[in-house]
Amino acid sequence: MITIKKKTNRPGLKDAVERICGSAVGVCFQCKKCSSGCPVAKLAKSRPSEMMRQLHLGAGNELLESDLVWACASCETCSTRCPMGIDVAGVMDALRKLALERGAPKPAGDVPRFNRAFLKTVEMFGRTYEIGMVAAYKFGTRTWMNDTEKFPTLLKKGKLALLPPLGGDRKTVRRIFKQSKQNRGPQA
Amino acid sequence: MRYAYFPGCSAESTARDMHQSTLAVARALGIDLVEPKGWTCCGATAGHQTDRFLAVSLPAANMAKVQDLNLDMVVSCAACFNRMKVANHEIAAHPAIRKQVSEALERDYDGSVRVRHFLEVLLDDVGLQAVSRACKRSLNGLKVACYYGCLLVRPPKILKFDDPENPMSLDRLVKAIGGESLEWPCKVECCGGGLSLSRTDVVVQLTHSILDLAGGAGADCIAVSCPMCQVNLDLRQQDISRQTGRNYRIPIVYITQLVGLCLGLRPDELGFRKLMVPASTVLERVAAN
Repeated sequence: MITIKKKTNRPGLKDAVERICGSAVGVCFQCKKCSSGCPVAKLAKSRPSEMMRQLHLGAGNELLESDLVWACASCETCSTRCPMGIDVAGVMDALRKLALERGAPKPAGDVPRFNRAFLKTVEMFGRTYEIGMVAAYKFGTRTWMNDTEKFPTLLKKGKLALLPPLGGDRKTVRRIFKQSKQNRGPQA
Repeated sequence: MRYAYFPGCSAESTARDMHQSTLAVARALGIDLVEPKGWTCCGATAGHQTDRFLAVSLPAANMAKVQDLNLDMVVSCAACFNRMKVANHEIAAHPAIRKQVSEALERDYDGSVRVRHFLEVLLDDVGLQAVSRACKRSLNGLKVACYYGCLLVRPPKILKFDDPENPMSLDRLVKAIGGESLEWPCKVECCGGGLSLSRTDVVVQLTHSILDLAGGAGADCIAVSCPMCQVNLDLRQQDISRQTGRNYRIPIVYITQLVGLCLGLRPDELGFRKLMVPASTVLERVAAN
């Protein structure tokens, strides 16, 4: 069952989503191919086809709290199989962008924090620095103990680099991040 | 044959084995790979989940460098391959994005650098027959479950790599070097990708079902070409064993490691020691020639 809360006549998220991803959500006819192919739908409370329908029916910010928004692994099976050519994975990217902009509550696993930690190392070094990223994420989510038993083996096998990468063109990457922050405005 | 080779960040850490085996195979086949100076991260999943501009300009910064070399760009990591091709598509299709990107790069980039996966070089430029002729050993009927995952095949309209539901390019390569490529249902299923740390629960469930079906099909190993697939399928076997008691012990090898073995390269030149689940069954089978 789909529940939609509509208290006012303010526009829902649909227009904003369509503007961001450039895909016409409105042509979805609920064939549910996206939901049957979605690897995480069976593990989440919401399904992609339901979210498409909710957008269609004028859902607002409450949709940004759906667990699928951040549980989505961006595998693009939905976009590949949609008979109407909707880029469903692009819709999920748009919902994530709106969730960040509008300060939606922290999802399970705090994926936005992981993404921030990942991109911060890229901004600093030009390339990903995995140990730095893992430390920043674990520190922020207080999940120090997860996977710690694997670290000695990973280090011994040279599967984790101890030192940050130094060969990247940091100047260009910093310019890109600076412009991305300007584009997103003060809240980013 | 000369290409600009983009290693990608994981080549310096979790996927050194992919990087090492790519370089070794290229050397053995007379493929010249030139690393563009100062290459940087493609942004990966975190980039496009955050901001479209980041997702396009981070790859574009690298392709602009490759454009100066006047070579095709070759990528071994499926994730970088995907982000490069998508960025090219966005830049070529949207003049406004191209303009924004050009401002950040302080130079124009038109989205025209040809991006190829290393597998495409092996299949199309070197050719299966030539690879097969260069082999000193055979996989000896090793049962290989070829796992393409997501980022090599989707979105198909932009990547144009292979069929998105039943791709066969890895399978053809495995057959050419003497392996038996298995028919199994998880070739293009998702392993959970970048959720490995943040949603380990999701990754454990997805990899469990992939390993289960590969094991059921009788796989001696799973061949991959994406660092995220490799790490998730390899590393999470420990968690699956602890949580469910199922011990798969299926080696997760890069396709370049298998090709390298058959070209007569030593396992340590191909990064075999870096695998969490040892590939001893694979090594013994190939050595038995």
